[in-house]
Amino acid sequence: MPMTREQLAQRASDELRDGFYVNLGIGIPTLVANYIPEGMDVMLQSENGMLGLGPFPFAGEEDPDLINAGKQTVTAIPGTSFFSSADSFGMIRGGHIDLAILGAMEVSEQGDLANWMIPGKMVKGMGGAMDLVAGVKRVVVVMEHTNRAGESKVLSACRLPLTGKACVDLIITDLCVFEVSEKGLVLIELAPDVTQEEIQSKTEAKYSTASVVKTIRHW
Amino acid sequence: MHKLYPDARSAVDGVLFDGMTIMSGGFGLCGIPENLILAIRDSGVKHLTVISNNCGVDDFGLGVMLQSRQIKKMLSSYVGENVEFERQYLNGELELEFNPQGTLAERIRAGGAGIPAFYTRTGYGTLVASGKETREFDGEMYVMETGLRADLSIVKAWKGDRSGNLIYRKTARNFNPMMATAAAICIAEVEEIVEVGDLDPDQIHTPGIYVKRIFEGRNHEKRIERRTTRPKE
Repeated sequence: MPMTREQLAQRASDELRDGFYVNLGIGIPTLVANYIPEGMDVMLQSENGMLGLGPFPFAGEEDPDLINAGKQTVTAIPGTSFFSSADSFGMIRGGHIDLAILGAMEVSEQGDLANWMIPGKMVKGMGGAMDLVAGVKRVVVVMEHTNRAGESKVLSACRLPLTGKACVDLIITDLCVFEVSEKGLVLIELAPDVTQEEIQSKTEAKYSTASVVKTIRHW
Repeated sequence: MHKLYPDARSAVDGVLFDGMTIMSGGFGLCGIPENLILAIRDSGVKHLTVISNNCGVDDFGLGVMLQSRQIKKMLSSYVGENVEFERQYLNGELELEFNPQGTLAERIRAGGAGIPAFYTRTGYGTLVASGKETREFDGEMYVMETGLRADLSIVKAWKGDRSGNLIYRKTARNFNPMMATAAAICIAEVEEIVEVGDLDPDQIHTPGIYVKRIFEGRNHEKRIERRTTRPKE
């Protein structure tokens, strides 16, 4: 069974560690904030200029001066700090953020990422994605394994314009988890009830298989 | 030194000209100089190059200057919230230069700090680096990006005094402090003008040296782009 959006976010939350400063992208990555383990101290960064993101506000308590990078109203927590976007990206580019969890349109077996542009179709812009993948210590992508036509989005080489080269460390799809190692992709986990044969048939990229392939725990 | 103006219209008087480059502060609709954008729209100035992280929405923020066809070129990191933008761009009526958000922020900071160019890892090996100088430092590849300056920057702050000292509020700070430093003339729109000496010098974000004109804006709408809430337990 492919994992749901919530299950993907839960699996991605396994990458959090106590004391981490983390940037979460828009979409499924944002949901990871709901699964920070009890007692774990994780500070969320928002690249418009905030460290220490709290939950969404209660209705009637929204503050137009307090938004996240997805332009959603949020709240501050004790210990929150605000800063300019230049300081924010200094923090990102300077390697001070421990982990970024982002969405992807395509990833390659070299760890290249494409998630910002479809030529002739989508002209929205890259926002902070290129800076995040270039500067953050560990980059995890969360994505669907195949597109609507059933074609692999884990490719030998990206076809779409890149967001970054060789920047991805871990790929979590709705079917499995690949580690990006120096020797290429390694299949390390399978979603419940997904077989290695299914991954083989739905993956264009070359990969090797870990000696022990774990099943992603059922949530 | 006279910096205080009664309103946006008088504050932009004499500084606008066709073909100029304007930096406009804000992230999405957060921390944008609402009154100044309308005053520039009403002035009818044309063929503008606008440097701003985003381009507002169709009927608010910089989007109103797209509707009136005053913008020739945009330099932004993300413009996904604006249908008219996409239409004008795909029809070839509008030039567009995408910069990664951090590169844009740093280009503006550098421009204001007298730094003509810098190297960044951001964008290496992507479309953003095409045609740009690249260089290796300590085994890593970097792209050279240039500093940005403008004829005019328009910024939004929470409080300011007649010396031009500014304090921003929460995430409404975003691009405003760098833009204040990177233009020949910076005009600041604030929610409240306070007496000189009322702002704690330790808390001032933008020192008054950068701000040439300042006024208290009226009827700030402060529109929320994505209102997200959680239920009360």
